[in-house]
Amino acid sequence: MCLGIPGQIVAITDETRQMAMAEVSGVRREVNVACVAEGALEGLVGQWALIHVGFAMSLIDEDEAEKTLEALRDLGEAQEALEQMAAGDAALAGE
Amino acid sequence: MKFASEFRDPKAAKVLLAEIAKVADRIGATKDKPVHIMEVCGGHTHSIFRYGLDKLVHEGIEFIHGPGCPVCVLPRARVDECIEIAERPGVIFTTFGDAMRVPGTKKSLLQAKADGADIRMVYSPLDALELARRNPEREVVFFGLGFETTTPSTALAIQQAAREGLGNFSVFCNHIKVPEPIKALLDDPHMCLDGFIGPGHVSMVIGIHPYDFIAQDYGKPLAVAGFEPLDLLQSVLMVLRQIAEGRAEVENQYARVVPEHGNPVSLAAIDDVYETRPSFEWRGLGEIDKSGLRIRAQYEAYDAEEKFGIGYATGRREVEEAEGCACGQVMTGRTKPVDCPQFGRGCTPEMPLGALMVSSEGACAAYWQYGGARAVEPAE
Ligand code: SF4
Repeated sequence: MCLGIPGQIVAITDETRQMAMAEVSGVRREVNVACVAEGALEGLVGQWALIHVGFAMSLIDEDEAEKTLEALRDLGEAQEALEQMAAGDAALAGE
Repeated sequence: MKFASEFRDPKAAKVLLAEIAKVADRIGATKDKPVHIMEVCGGHTHSIFRYGLDKLVHEGIEFIHGPGCPVCVLPRARVDECIEIAERPGVIFTTFGDAMRVPGTKKSLLQAKADGADIRMVYSPLDALELARRNPEREVVFFGLGFETTTPSTALAIQQAAREGLGNFSVFCNHIKVPEPIKALLDDPHMCLDGFIGPGHVSMVIGIHPYDFIAQDYGKPLAVAGFEPLDLLQSVLMVLRQIAEGRAEVENQYARVVPEHGNPVSLAAIDDVYETRPSFEWRGLGEIDKSGLRIRAQYEAYDAEEKFGIGYATGRREVEEAEGCACGQVMTGRTKPVDCPQFGRGCTPEMPLGALMVSSEGACAAYWQYGGARAVEPAE
């Protein structure tokens, strides 16, 4: 919950709510990009961000993203984050 | 060798370790008279154990594990209050998974869920918002938990709910701040800390200056750090060098993610939605002045404490800590987890008694997971 996980922003999904689709370790998740938005949201597409509990909090470069993911996998945190995302989807589905 | 496989750049780590040893020797740090460096953040504690950094660094350096795991410092009374809300008819109670197993006075959220309360683990407060949209006949409550890293997320979620006029969404706010408990530790006469490693992701939001008082008023060095092993070693070296040179400054080891002044959008959202509570209770540390946040009157409709008349909205209740639990001493660096009489006996990750055993970021769980278990004889 505190470490965050790197994801790549692949599309803007909702301009007004400042939401974008991010790809996190092969999994797609809608995230809020208000904290990293500067100018037109389209400019974020293709960029990497550290994502904390569904919010892109900081833009990072690809190399940093890769290193961070590696460290998170080492710590078991990457798996945990992906499981939490799946749990969130399950909660929306009713459980 | 474990060392070589786990460091992406073992050569860089060796250079850093050698340099750390040199400076430690220069300031006369020994096993018996060590330099005490507190890593404030639970994520750092986890990393230190995972990579065995406490064993790799010069023996004159002792890591003191700080109160920086928001799940661990949650008092039992707050868990009880969560359950009280969750058990109200019509409520969907949503929480980060980390909080599910924290023991309350009688039960945890996990047990309450087993007993029939509609408690759902979510990844993000945005999931809770979506649940509220999809279930207009239900009251959806989100358990807002965490330091400055997660505080903006609930602030932005509340702002979004307000924009949409979602009347069935509220947040049970337990957001807490990092600088204030550090101040409380520094004011403790038993304090023996020589320097700090600051939580990088908190500073990503608040910047590095909220720590200036540590250097200026208390004369202790601090380095804001990332959580990878090389980040941690580098920040240990930065703190040691300051000690060796008689400096006390706030340095930024994690500049690639941490802007000096933080994230303006996050800070504006926090400021808009939250205000500082006069004081807030921390497990093991007691009430700490100005250490917690509450929702401003302007957003009262989204404040679960007001909506359900619970918690600080009703005045305080005292709740005793579990007997024989040394969480408080461990959190202030006075006791090592293995020296707690309950460690590995009445308290294990499967059956946690104290909060530090619940989350993988808790000092006791980290000790247990990475070999601390070996240091304790099995219970008879
Ligand atoms: S072993 Fe358990 S009871 Fe003892 S300090 Fe750690 S968490 Fe608390």
